[in-house]
Amino acid sequence: MANDVIITASGKRRTQVDDIDRSLYDFRYEDADAERLEAGLTPDIVREISERKDEPEWMLEHRLRSLEVFNSIAMSDWGPSIEGLDMDNIVTYVKPNTDQKSDWESVPDNIKDTFDRLGIPQAERSYLAGVGAQYDSELVYHSMQESASKMGIVYSGIEEALHGEYAELIREKFMTLIPPTDHKFAALHGAVWSGGSFVYVPRGVKLDFPLQSYFRLNAKGAGQFEHTLIIVEDDADLHFIEGCSAPKYNVANLHAGAVELFIGKRAHLRYSTIENWSKNMYNLNTKRARCDEEGEIEWISGSFGSHVGYLYPMSILAGRKARASFTGITFAGRGQNLDTGCKVVLAAPDTAASVETKGISKDGGIQTFRSSVVATPAASGSKCTVSCQSLMLDDRSRSDTIPAMDIRCKNVDIGHEATIGRIGDDKVFYLMSRGMSEEEARAMIVNGFAEPISKELPLEYAVEMNNLIKLEMEGAIG
Amino acid sequence: MTSDALLRCRGLSAAVEEKAILHEVNLEVAQGQVHVLMGPNGAGKSTLGHVLMGDPAYEVTAGEIFFDGADITELAPDKRSRAGLFLSFQAPVEIPGVPLRSFLRAMMEGRGEKLKNKEFRRKTQELAETLDMDPAYLDRELGVGFSGGEKKKVEMLQLLLLQPKLAILDETDSGLDVDALSVVSHGMELYREACDGTLLIITHNTRILEHLNVDRVHVMVAGRVVAEGPATLIDEIDAQGFERYEAAPADAAESALR
Repeated sequence: MANDVIITASGKRRTQVDDIDRSLYDFRYEDADAERLEAGLTPDIVREISERKDEPEWMLEHRLRSLEVFNSIAMSDWGPSIEGLDMDNIVTYVKPNTDQKSDWESVPDNIKDTFDRLGIPQAERSYLAGVGAQYDSELVYHSMQESASKMGIVYSGIEEALHGEYAELIREKFMTLIPPTDHKFAALHGAVWSGGSFVYVPRGVKLDFPLQSYFRLNAKGAGQFEHTLIIVEDDADLHFIEGCSAPKYNVANLHAGAVELFIGKRAHLRYSTIENWSKNMYNLNTKRARCDEEGEIEWISGSFGSHVGYLYPMSILAGRKARASFTGITFAGRGQNLDTGCKVVLAAPDTAASVETKGISKDGGIQTFRSSVVATPAASGSKCTVSCQSLMLDDRSRSDTIPAMDIRCKNVDIGHEATIGRIGDDKVFYLMSRGMSEEEARAMIVNGFAEPISKELPLEYAVEMNNLIKLEMEGAIG
Repeated sequence: MTSDALLRCRGLSAAVEEKAILHEVNLEVAQGQVHVLMGPNGAGKSTLGHVLMGDPAYEVTAGEIFFDGADITELAPDKRSRAGLFLSFQAPVEIPGVPLRSFLRAMMEGRGEKLKNKEFRRKTQELAETLDMDPAYLDRELGVGFSGGEKKKVEMLQLLLLQPKLAILDETDSGLDVDALSVVSHGMELYREACDGTLLIITHNTRILEHLNVDRVHVMVAGRVVAEGPATLIDEIDAQGFERYEAAPADAAESALR
């Protein structure tokens, strides 16, 4: 059961499937008509956002500069279609959530159903759906924050951090890895960003449990233009987990967050994400990490939700012997077009990067792996391996691989391998001959295929991801 | 022949991609007996094993299969398995990313078996040791990088875990060295002892049968069962091969089944 609805600029509805909760969208139409007089994003709107947040002056200036960029650059002309986004009336996405009617009743049934079957406690559901104020997890969050802060780690909302001890540091780093000029949605983010996390790990501090934005968001409500800024100083170590695998529901269907990660010398950061937005979402998130000498970034990335996704976390290996690894999985089902992958920039001598991804498409879904590896003239002695495997579960689905390599240095070692396959009937028959239903058999094969990713996740996330695959596989037969 | 056989197929014909492979096969296996299906390469023996298990790669074009009193001709393979039928594969598949033990666990849990984790670990460990298999294999991905011999041992391990009413062993002896062969023979004996199991052994090699009391031998040539007889038929085939059946399969079939 899907609820993929495309709303075009002209306001025409194109319902892709029969089953949809109309009431959910109706109110938005009234809203949209009211706002149409004031089409487009104006400096006044941006000023209002900044004022409400009581921000420093430099941030307002940053927002206004970003707005100029947003209004002056064109939309990118590659990748999945985003014509369903109402760009003429972008204000509808920018307005703060509080102005929108959101309640549990308006959450689509398929999402409620998924909560049930994933066994998410009732108390967590309204948060995950992004509709309620739900503070039960604050205790957990606070105790986590307390033990981290004893070590000198700062973990707070980025908006409050702008008024705190590290305000200057934030000013120095903010949107330097992802400048607003990078692309249209980076500019939009720069102009209207709101919420998100700030993490600072001092030199030499190693945290032995993961920080989870789950709890952070739980206290503050999920955002759609959130900014995450993480600084891991020299010799420090952090594992950060963004989100959670249960579906997140947002009334507006555009997500353009930004994640900027700064990794010091010999420092290590593991950044894990399981993204499962509801399937009306346009997920246009931008994530970048910069590693200094011998610093290491490890990305673990799962993409399950969204209607359209563009997601290519970038690793910039700026110091000698810096390292990056990217382990990702993308599952595109009915009505989904997920264009995911990663970018690697080898910008210093003796750096090393490895990329391993898995893509699954079913039920007409489109899954594209897109990668870019750049070796600059300074990258002598560096190496990078890219391996991507795709599995198509039926004849209607599609998997593509688009690797790009830009090698400007002689002494580098760059490798790429890709395979695209299907589930063998012989394997399904074998498992069925052992008493498993066809659905169970296919789910087991797909889970096995995804195992290199799930084994990298903390146990509870791995379990949830496996459950998610099981849910996605239901009704995949036919 | 009794009409209340555990497995009975009547006039069974099957095709793959419209190419007929089995022709009006009649076969009965009584509860608790050991049957052997012999025949030259390409006779359709493995096809019969797969068709009995319900492999959707083959289409049943005529005839019926009865198992344990029920018509299972149209039944899906998982339902046949739950009804107590088992097929040991000639070439077991590989499932990357799924540890053998997890697979075994899913197999047992799918039948409503509630096994405590510790107990299950102990049981699988013991069975592996019984079959002279390194228990480290239990933590490896199913079939991935297993030798032919190890794969067959995994099949026997499942046989002993499931204790089905009837096990079809498809060329379980092919590609095994003498030691592995004796392990497989041992597995079959254990299965028989544990649950008075019924066996249909598909082979063209008679060595594996040395330790078993064979009740009945069926000879298949060119997709037809052309002869049936007592265990002594094995010695005859050992001495003379399949040539006399291949000469005039249709006539032989008629005389054998009359």
